[in-house]
Amino acid sequence: MTITGHSDEEIINRTLKGDQPAFAQLVERYKNYVFTLILRFIDNREDAEEIAQDVFVKAYRSLADFRGDSKFSTWLFTISRTTCLSFLRKKKLDIQSLDNEKTGLQLENRESAFHANLVEQKSRHAMLNQAISMLSPDDAQVLNLFYKGDQTLEEIGKIMRLDSNTVKVKLHRARQRLKDKMEKYFSHEVREIHSD
Amino acid sequence: MDQDIEHRIWEFIDGHCSPSEKAAIVQNLADNQIWKNKYTELKSIHDMLQKEELDMPSLRFTKNVMEEISRYQVAPATKNYINKNVIRGISSFFLVMIIGLIIYFVGQIHWNGNSTGNLVPAFSLEADKLNWSKMLNNTYVNIFIGINTILGLILLDKYMQVRKKDGRSGGWSKGDSA
Repeated sequence: MTITGHSDEEIINRTLKGDQPAFAQLVERYKNYVFTLILRFIDNREDAEEIAQDVFVKAYRSLADFRGDSKFSTWLFTISRTTCLSFLRKKKLDIQSLDNEKTGLQLENRESAFHANLVEQKSRHAMLNQAISMLSPDDAQVLNLFYKGDQTLEEIGKIMRLDSNTVKVKLHRARQRLKDKMEKYFSHEVREIHSD
Repeated sequence: MDQDIEHRIWEFIDGHCSPSEKAAIVQNLADNQIWKNKYTELKSIHDMLQKEELDMPSLRFTKNVMEEISRYQVAPATKNYINKNVIRGISSFFLVMIIGLIIYFVGQIHWNGNSTGNLVPAFSLEADKLNWSKMLNNTYVNIFIGINTILGLILLDKYMQVRKKDGRSGGWSKGDSA
């Protein structure tokens, strides 16, 4: 990814050679991506920002360990995920998993809470974000990596330790569930989108 | 049926289907209204997800991160400070232990001759029949503790030497570890 003309590898090499301010370019480039990923795990924006900051500090300190055999964004995702999980463990919050039987109940509760303030959330962006947040973390993760992280099925497979065909199936299912949520809770907005 | 159509259309949208499958879907989209409607529906979700903007942290975010990292240095790559000799030493230690135990167990077998003249082992690996006191007497335990203490002191010495060297060169110190 290049925004300011320098590739990630060039910036990483400069940073490793002692040019600390160069790292700011990577922070600028990936701060929204990391922040959005973290918001999928943690609802609170303040906490999410603190964790995102921590992710970049960790990335900087262990930059020499980045071998470059995957995208920098993939590596950042891995750090973000472990940092979020540690944070949740520390806070003794339930870490939801698709296979967890409790997930259904917890998601239902979340759905009810979101349903209650639907009126205030009208924009398409908010609608989509809310629908994604109603999904299980696994589904949200696949959608984020594919659409926001611009990762290929193979790269997502590497992150999730799955083969690309399984990722493909997961992606289809995640989109299907997203569609169901949108039809269930945002049917009016969805109709408007289709008529655009 | 619906699920199958959706699955095929998603493959088509993602560009993951074969040329023949692609041609078949294009044909279906042209001829079949159900396919057409489904495609419009799924494509709108796909486009929305693609155009979806990322959430933004506060404006001070980059500044905060840079202020935070100004207190640190990049830690050396893990492969540089993990001494392979230490790993080899630990592996050898356990290997020697395992070999020692095997030799000990084999040594416990008493070979008896049977009626056909063949030797058969008169030994079963039951814990209650093993003479543990032979292995775990004071002498062996003391030797074991002694070796471990020496190994520990050697490792501590090596660690202190590395710290001293890094301190002189102004390099990475313990507090910088990621």
